Amino acid sequence: MREGEIKTVIFQLLAKIAPDEDSETLEMNSNIRDTLGIDSFDFLQFIIGLDEELGIKTPEEDYGKMTTLEALITYIKSVEQQQSK
Amino acid sequence: MIEFNMPSLGADMEDGTLVEWRVKPGDKVQRGDIVADVDTQKGLIEIEVFDEGIIEELIIKEGEKVPVGTLMALIIPEGDSESSEEKTETAGKKKKLVEVEREAVITPPKEKVKQSSDRVKISPLARKMAEENGIDISTLKGTGPEGSITKKDVEEADALKKTPQAQKAIHENKKDTMLHGVRSAIASAMSKSNREIPHFYMETKIDMSKALAWLQETNRKREVKDRLLYVVLLIKAMAKALEKVPEVNAYWENGLHLKEAINIGFAVSLRKGGVVIPAIHGAKEKTLTELMTVLNDLIPRAKALKLRSSELSESTITLTNIGEGNVATVFGVIYPPQVAIVGCGSIIDEAWAENGSLSSRPVIHITLAADHRAIDGYLGRQFLTAMKDHLQNPEML
Repeated sequence: MREGEIKTVIFQLLAKIAPDEDSETLEMNSNIRDTLGIDSFDFLQFIIGLDEELGIKTPEEDYGKMTTLEALITYIKSVEQQQSK
Repeated sequence: MIEFNMPSLGADMEDGTLVEWRVKPGDKVQRGDIVADVDTQKGLIEIEVFDEGIIEELIIKEGEKVPVGTLMALIIPEGDSESSEEKTETAGKKKKLVEVEREAVITPPKEKVKQSSDRVKISPLARKMAEENGIDISTLKGTGPEGSITKKDVEEADALKKTPQAQKAIHENKKDTMLHGVRSAIASAMSKSNREIPHFYMETKIDMSKALAWLQETNRKREVKDRLLYVVLLIKAMAKALEKVPEVNAYWENGLHLKEAINIGFAVSLRKGGVVIPAIHGAKEKTLTELMTVLNDLIPRAKALKLRSSELSESTITLTNIGEGNVATVFGVIYPPQVAIVGCGSIIDEAWAENGSLSSRPVIHITLAADHRAIDGYLGRQFLTAMKDHLQNPEML
């Protein structure tokens, strides 16, 4: 999946849990949860959505690799690469 | 005959407006059935019935303001042998009483509204269309003779109302009004609490190493949608501690009234400010998985301000959990008539001294704010110690 498509999925999911924020203005290296005010419950819903939309399985210990938009995209790409091998 | 009254929706709410009846006379109802939607300061609340029987009469009309305690409907209990004549007489008496009680709160009569509308020049067809589509004709600019409002003006206003932008604006306005209501409700309850309840505070620090390690291991075996958040461990540990120290699970209403059911009010922050506190019913009897299922249902509805009457009125104690972050401690304000609120700060790595050695541990600060009329320090200590003990044995929760 291309970076643009991954971003679209991420923004759609963020818009669901933080509808009052414009997630598309997120900077690549700013902390997603702090910037958008996402609590642990909403973050879990976000991960559930990512897994469903992208067909990946995110272990809990990898949550720490998904703090910024840049880190999240890098993480998803690496998981997709691993899965395609 | 059973009188179905507008239930209390918490100490901070005095009334609501009946939006819709979900039942009609002749319908059979059971305990827990939702019979009406009532618009309140805390959103659109689904009102449940707590008796079984057949709806005899709906006393309150849709659109009317309903103070807590007002007779809303009459229900014939199952197997009731009262003659229909007697029923009519009873209903008549009740109705008269209600009319008197309602006089002060009924919304302005429609006639008055109509008078102001009459000054607007509008064709009969356009007026009918506006009424049917809920369009306020005083906001329309007429394009007909002498500025009169025509059918076309109403059609255009109706089309405009249905655009996505207009729908969004209506939704946002409604939500802003609700949030303002939530703020007012919190202000009222918290002021009452600080005015009337002599609070005292206690705190304990708990090493969460074992609990978090157990949770990580448990979640590793689960699908992402079935994973647990650590807050369910706090809820269950709290429920078990309340079982041991029941005096903390009580109301103060001219004396201490212990509550048998442990219904933990779970504070949910709203994104635009404000808090709502739905009850987790029977928290003690629920497994950790069941508690997570409850949260999955309750939190989104709380954030959308779509709760049921029992969820807003039946909490016996409150839990406020700061969640992840760097805020170590929270001291709550008791939600009357409850006698305690438990506050959990963020889990933060701290220096921890144990058995003469120092190490870094994930630590949570748990506080108890309690009503000194009902509880003293001894009970507070027992409660916090019990909570700490339970969190050291997560596999037993």
